[in-house]
Amino acid sequence: MIDVLYFAWVRERIGLPKERLETSAATVAALVEELKAREERYEAAFADLSALRVAVDQELTDFDASLDGAREVAFFPPMTGG
Amino acid sequence: MSAQDGIRIVVQEAPFDFGAEAERFAAGRTDLGAVVTFTGVVRDVAGGLDGMEIEHYPGMTEKALTKIATEARTRWSLGEVLVIHRYGKMAAGERIMMVATASAHRQHAFEAAEYLMDYLKSRAPFWKKESAGGDQSWVAAKDEDEAALDRW
Repeated sequence: MIDVLYFAWVRERIGLPKERLETSAATVAALVEELKAREERYEAAFADLSALRVAVDQELTDFDASLDGAREVAFFPPMTGG
Repeated sequence: MSAQDGIRIVVQEAPFDFGAEAERFAAGRTDLGAVVTFTGVVRDVAGGLDGMEIEHYPGMTEKALTKIATEARTRWSLGEVLVIHRYGKMAAGERIMMVATASAHRQHAFEAAEYLMDYLKSRAPFWKKESAGGDQSWVAAKDEDEAALDRW
């Protein structure tokens, strides 16, 4: 089981902040493909990966990252702090 | 809030007292001759801003800010580093965040403060949403903010 979190417009487009999923995806990219296949709202949110950032276990990483042992994956747009 | 080796990170919804924080920062450290503070304020560029709401990623936010501050301490000779960043709703003119750096000499304090700002703009998980005239829109990240990281 893995916790998947969404922030900002990704959260709004998918319609929830967090969900717990059973997945066999080995990488973030594979998880994204699984999500896109589920429902149109996921397809819409993940249509352009260049507009998204990902963190695995609260560390920024990229879509090729392994999910081996991961507890938490988060998807969000580029950050706008400061 | 977390503290380690001269680093203090605060992520909170409530306003902070800039004067009190600046007064307290590095107080009593007679070895630190230079203190730089920077404050980010909600601005109303076009006029008509009703407010801003900042979302963040609890847990990761504190880790990311600590990592950025720790990296700053490896690059410059810093006695103390402070980062305060708010989330939630705020109005134009309200303070969003502040950084403070203290060093023996000003160059380190100035450069480290700029480094902290550049990195926390695009590497700390905050997202700004503006409300104006009944419409809400997420603030888009700027290419120059990402490009600003290349100079470090």
